[in-house]
Amino acid sequence: MRRYSAFAIAREALRHHTGWNRAWRSRDPKKHYKVIVIGAGGHGLATAYYLGKNYGIRDIAVLEKGWLGGGNTGRNTTIIRSNYLQDPSAAIYEKSRSLYETFSQDVNYNAMFSPRGVLMLAQTHHEVRGYQRTAHANALQGVETEFVGPERVKEIVPIINIDGPRYPVLGALWQPRGGTARHDAVAWGYARACSGMGMDIIQKCEVTGVRSDGGTVTGVTTTKGDIACDKLAIVVAGHSGHLAGMAGFRLPIESVALQALVSEPIKPCMDCVVMANTVHGYMSQSDKGEMVIGGGADGYNNYTQRGSFHHVEETVRALVETFPMISRLKMMRQWGGIVDMTGDRSPIISKTPLGNTFINCGWGTGGFKSIPGSGWAMAELVAKGEPGPLAAEFGLDRFREGRFIDESVAAGVAH
Amino acid sequence: MLILQCPYCGIQCDETELAPGGQAHLKRHGPGSSDEDFEAYLFDRDNPMGVHFERWRHANGCGKWFLAARCTTTLEVFGTYSAQTTEPPAEIADRIRARRPNWEGRT
Repeated sequence: MRRYSAFAIAREALRHHTGWNRAWRSRDPKKHYKVIVIGAGGHGLATAYYLGKNYGIRDIAVLEKGWLGGGNTGRNTTIIRSNYLQDPSAAIYEKSRSLYETFSQDVNYNAMFSPRGVLMLAQTHHEVRGYQRTAHANALQGVETEFVGPERVKEIVPIINIDGPRYPVLGALWQPRGGTARHDAVAWGYARACSGMGMDIIQKCEVTGVRSDGGTVTGVTTTKGDIACDKLAIVVAGHSGHLAGMAGFRLPIESVALQALVSEPIKPCMDCVVMANTVHGYMSQSDKGEMVIGGGADGYNNYTQRGSFHHVEETVRALVETFPMISRLKMMRQWGGIVDMTGDRSPIISKTPLGNTFINCGWGTGGFKSIPGSGWAMAELVAKGEPGPLAAEFGLDRFREGRFIDESVAAGVAH
Repeated sequence: MLILQCPYCGIQCDETELAPGGQAHLKRHGPGSSDEDFEAYLFDRDNPMGVHFERWRHANGCGKWFLAARCTTTLEVFGTYSAQTTEPPAEIADRIRARRPNWEGRT
């Protein structure tokens, strides 16, 4: 793998850019791998990357039924934050946020991480108390956040309407080190780094069955033939229930559609991320100038990657109320992704009833921000066979034992 | 937009009139059941790619709960029926089989 650098650009400029290689190799699968990771989205690739980097396991295939990063990794609104209430969530999301800070240097691929700050508006007295509590919890967890008043909100985001007719802004939870990153580049960067370590990334290779012998996984059946493995990592977000079915177990997960949309590009008007959970919408401005908008998930099971129009309508209505200046903006694109929701709205990084098979899923609407941390924790679980401190609380057994990590209450909706 | 017919008032409701209620035909396990059954009843869900049976409430209408059979990959609706049933009625199952010959039935 040739390193990307300013020097490389200068060198290539002098020879008509003929020296760039493909970012990652494409090849047909081998007969056997030490570890197979199903799903070449951010989480799957991060799992493979940290297995190689932290544990020296490089005989890995990452299988993808479509194209790399073509699922939720390329469909989210790219928000990165770690201002969670519960300790296990704060720990893994903060690990993730801190890994994002050095991501570009680490994998030698510019993910354009922009720690522009994330503002979560408090628009009811209940929310004010909730976010004050979160700010105190974050102080104890070592996550830098601050509860700020409406005047400071107006200072951070001048285009906001703090005297909204329905829900005036009463304050906000401000995480200055949160922000955004280029989502495709995260997948591409990890893929290039994995390929550089000698791993195989195999696209258009759909897993159609999981083979096992005596309660332990032996391999997978795919559209490109049978592939044997010692260990299997299932990291497929919305399709987790489907893959779990093949592996012979059930999950506490329902898959629903979550939508996002972008406006036409406009001049820079907002240099942070704003989330308004009471009225249900969040917005940031991309480097191209588009306003990137997300809202709530649909309430019913759906695998179609398109959601209900009335959710778009609700989201836009809420944001026009919060940011009156966007009312004349045209929306350019709207799309949906399939998110896997668990009962307590927290993820699952766990061993499964099938031996040597591990699952990482249930990130729901909070998948992108957690990619590096999730991969880090999952790699430890796959390598050692037992969860490390980051993943320990996120086991499947927490549902039986009632140890929920109840972020559905703490985070409300957009989480 | 998803449109379901309320089996009680006969109205074709679009989804803004309805509240989704999750998987239908869950068998309740209460006190005295095993931990596994109780956990499965509370949390484990079918989540199929294909035919799904689910609960809906005609929230902005008659307010009644009813059940629907729907495909999660095409959003095709096979029919709606009374919530006072423990299994999908034969006519709904027949309609599903007509459209999905490979359907293996409710597992």
